[in-house]
Amino acid sequence: MSKVLSKKDIISIRDLSLIEVNAILNLAKKFKKSLPKKNLLDQIIAHCFFEPSTRTRLSFETATIRLGGQVIGFSGSESTSIQKGEDLQDTIKTISCYADLIIIRHPLEGSARLAAEVSEKPIINAGDGANQHPTQALADLFTLQEMQGNLEGLSIALVGDLKYGRAVHSLVQLCALFNMRLFLISPSLLALPDAICNELKHKGIRFSFHASLDEVISKIDILYMTRLQKERFAQSERQLFENQYVLTRDKLKKVKTNLNILHPLPRGHEIDKAIDETPYAVYFKQVVNAIYIRQAVLSLLLNKVRV
Amino acid sequence: MIKTRSVSAIDNGIVIDHIPAGQALKIMRLLHVVNSKQRVTLGLNLRSTSLKLKDLIKIENRTLTPQEVEHVAIFAPGATVSLIENFKVSKKINCELPKIIHDVLICPNQNCINHTQSKGYFKLEGAPNQIKLRCFYCEKQFERDQVAEIYL
Repeated sequence: MSKVLSKKDIISIRDLSLIEVNAILNLAKKFKKSLPKKNLLDQIIAHCFFEPSTRTRLSFETATIRLGGQVIGFSGSESTSIQKGEDLQDTIKTISCYADLIIIRHPLEGSARLAAEVSEKPIINAGDGANQHPTQALADLFTLQEMQGNLEGLSIALVGDLKYGRAVHSLVQLCALFNMRLFLISPSLLALPDAICNELKHKGIRFSFHASLDEVISKIDILYMTRLQKERFAQSERQLFENQYVLTRDKLKKVKTNLNILHPLPRGHEIDKAIDETPYAVYFKQVVNAIYIRQAVLSLLLNKVRV
Repeated sequence: MIKTRSVSAIDNGIVIDHIPAGQALKIMRLLHVVNSKQRVTLGLNLRSTSLKLKDLIKIENRTLTPQEVEHVAIFAPGATVSLIENFKVSKKINCELPKIIHDVLICPNQNCINHTQSKGYFKLEGAPNQIKLRCFYCEKQFERDQVAEIYL
């Protein structure tokens, strides 16, 4: 059995090596080619969603059930002992007595890291506040690899709320592993956090800031659109930024033929539905690929696969 | 010209010198000497050739653990700790910043799990003269002056 990532946690892309990322991508590719045997038959996976989720939760559930695993858990903290004053550590310690692996989404940044400290079972971060969403970014990268072939040196534009978008933070760090050229397009108040920009500088990654997509649209291989993270804004701030970046068909006249348009979904108004019919749109492929990535991650962490 | 001491000598204990002005009270709280019975001599805003103004603390019958010396460095990276025995300096330690700071500073990110628990765990990054603190939990990076102390 493979020892890559075995019994480890997936909390942040910063913790993953290029070898580990490639192992996940390769296994997801293998799973997509031929449906794996039910290698999680004796495993119980706890899905602890302290924050609302449709896509990520159902994607993990699908991934688990298709591999024969059992799912326990909750969605929303209303029905948990958190309401009785229990802290996150005790909740996770308790759940780790029931489950073989814990998937956690929580509104506070660093919560998955804290959970990993107290859990004897592997933890997967399914989103911690505005910090990280590693499996979404791995699904994005898997889709790009499938569409573009070689990931090395591609040009990617990331558009929208780059400050609070946790999938963006994880994806940027993955792009750095493959030496991609980054064009960062956002209102200045929603720019990529300094901490991540400093990391990019330190690694010698080429990146630049832009106010408009028109400045770069003809140069890029990948266009990654994001929604405004409304839940992290006051109403007055929402109105300020909403509809600032809307992608319509007429903006795609000068694009490269190999362009892929991605979005972590759910979308707001930032991608016109007419774009869905173009050959560039791959955001529903991301949804499909996310299941394979999550199957790969579950199998590796639980040491239930040969690679 | 006759040189006189601003702060009187001690027979046994420690002298923490070269503390940037304004940091001594924080260090005293950190070392839990404010409410202790130990005899403490404090010098604030003393003249210094390297710092212009400095603070100085003398604590009688006290030593510091290596971890406490690291904690002093968080507030006074260039400070020295002299161990005094029979009015003589028996050992002098230069305070150096640790690579990790645990439970001394609190994460300023209000949406960080560690901020809500009034704890802090930082890794120090960057060149010695441009140190930045990265929260181990929320992964955000801060300048030293953005981060407050837990003890205050």
